[in-house]
Amino acid sequence: MKACDPNFAREIMEKSKTSLTRCFSCMTCSSGCQFQHIMDVKPHAIIRMVQTGFREEALSASGPWLCVGCNTCSTNCPNAIDIPAVMDAIRQTAIVEKRKIPEPNVLNFHNAVLNSIKRYGRTHKIEIMMRYKLIQRDLFSDMDIGLRMLAKRKLDLRASKVKELPEIKKLFNKAG
Amino acid sequence: MSAKKPVEVSYFPGCSMKTSAKENNESLKEFFNKIGIKLVELTDWSCCGSSSAHCVDTDLALDLASRNLAIAPPDKPLLVSCPSCTLRLKQAHLHISEDENLQKRFKDKWGKSFNPDLKVIHYFELLEEMDFSKLAKEIKKPLTGLKFVPYYGCMLARPPEMRHAKNYHNLLENMLAALGATPLDWGSGSRCCGTFLSVAKPEAITPIINEIIQNGINTGADCLITACSMCQLNLEIRCDLKHQIPTLHFSEVLSLAMGTNKYKRWFPRHLVDPTPLLTRLGLIP
Repeated sequence: MKACDPNFAREIMEKSKTSLTRCFSCMTCSSGCQFQHIMDVKPHAIIRMVQTGFREEALSASGPWLCVGCNTCSTNCPNAIDIPAVMDAIRQTAIVEKRKIPEPNVLNFHNAVLNSIKRYGRTHKIEIMMRYKLIQRDLFSDMDIGLRMLAKRKLDLRASKVKELPEIKKLFNKAG
Repeated sequence: MSAKKPVEVSYFPGCSMKTSAKENNESLKEFFNKIGIKLVELTDWSCCGSSSAHCVDTDLALDLASRNLAIAPPDKPLLVSCPSCTLRLKQAHLHISEDENLQKRFKDKWGKSFNPDLKVIHYFELLEEMDFSKLAKEIKKPLTGLKFVPYYGCMLARPPEMRHAKNYHNLLENMLAALGATPLDWGSGSRCCGTFLSVAKPEAITPIINEIIQNGINTGADCLITACSMCQLNLEIRCDLKHQIPTLHFSEVLSLAMGTNKYKRWFPRHLVDPTPLLTRLGLIP
């Protein structure tokens, strides 16, 4: 096992702006989490890993990638810890360090959404789905749902666009 | 009420309301129109950053939300209908209010000072101020016989920094009960719909959605009613139960009670057709 990183908790607290040393591992977050059963490391255990400096383990866990930020955990947390903000900080650190992403499909989806916002200033759902499916090399799953949505006119073929697009593009350039 | 000049409120629809959930957008505008409030779409609004920006880049997420705060008319509340957009915009406003560096960033980006007095509100905040018993006397179609379970998803959950703000548990039930409908108690009303995992991990989301819908059926509900268009879509596309019940937008039901005739454009957009139920109850011909 690799050595613990004694600065990891401080690093994540600075990035997430939440005080996770308040956590006493009551597991309220995990017990209310709708998605804990598909996470390899559950929310309370992620927090514990950060507290105790298990940097490698926390940054390679699937838990943060399967967190959708619904805030159920942070609403329930008796110590008012912003757990989704911790998950954001862990994901972003993993991206910056170019680590192997444990749930690449989730990142592919986020990238497809951001690409759409960069192009149009708004999300263009049909293009997001097509791009996502192309990256995943999985064109046919969900085809039935896509067709039903098209038939119900729930997917617009044309993108709804922002007029001042350069303003939007600039935000992305500065963000790298 | 309709004789008076309508009150204008600036309105941020967001990407879902503007595209996949047009029926939600149209019915919301229709309802507010009927009660004398005109929703004026914010000119050239842009995406709030959605669930994706904050996952990968905190600064980008803040900037995407703050552009909308910058272009909002300063003298009117900015009304938002999508729960996710509401959270993104409110949280950005809160963070910038509390941090001088972010106020400087705002000014550098948008060439104007941050307006700490701009009010970002969810439409529940307008409804909450209404007198429902008075409204009940004005409606054209009482919702008699409509047995429903309220589905909030994650819309009433929030980060700890916002936990002392007002909240709106039971608003949907109170309001619709006043208009004649029958809300039923159940345990799945605040269970998250899965948001983007519905796309990135559908095999994990279908069992969750099925459980939510099945709980609604077991409770004896004829439908679910939700105020989130993303929840509505996920509940429709990810349920593979043989027997399903429809999920209506809160705004559609409110507009029906007001006696709208525009529903013909809304219900054909549902993947689970609510018209047999609404016809049986006499809410539509």
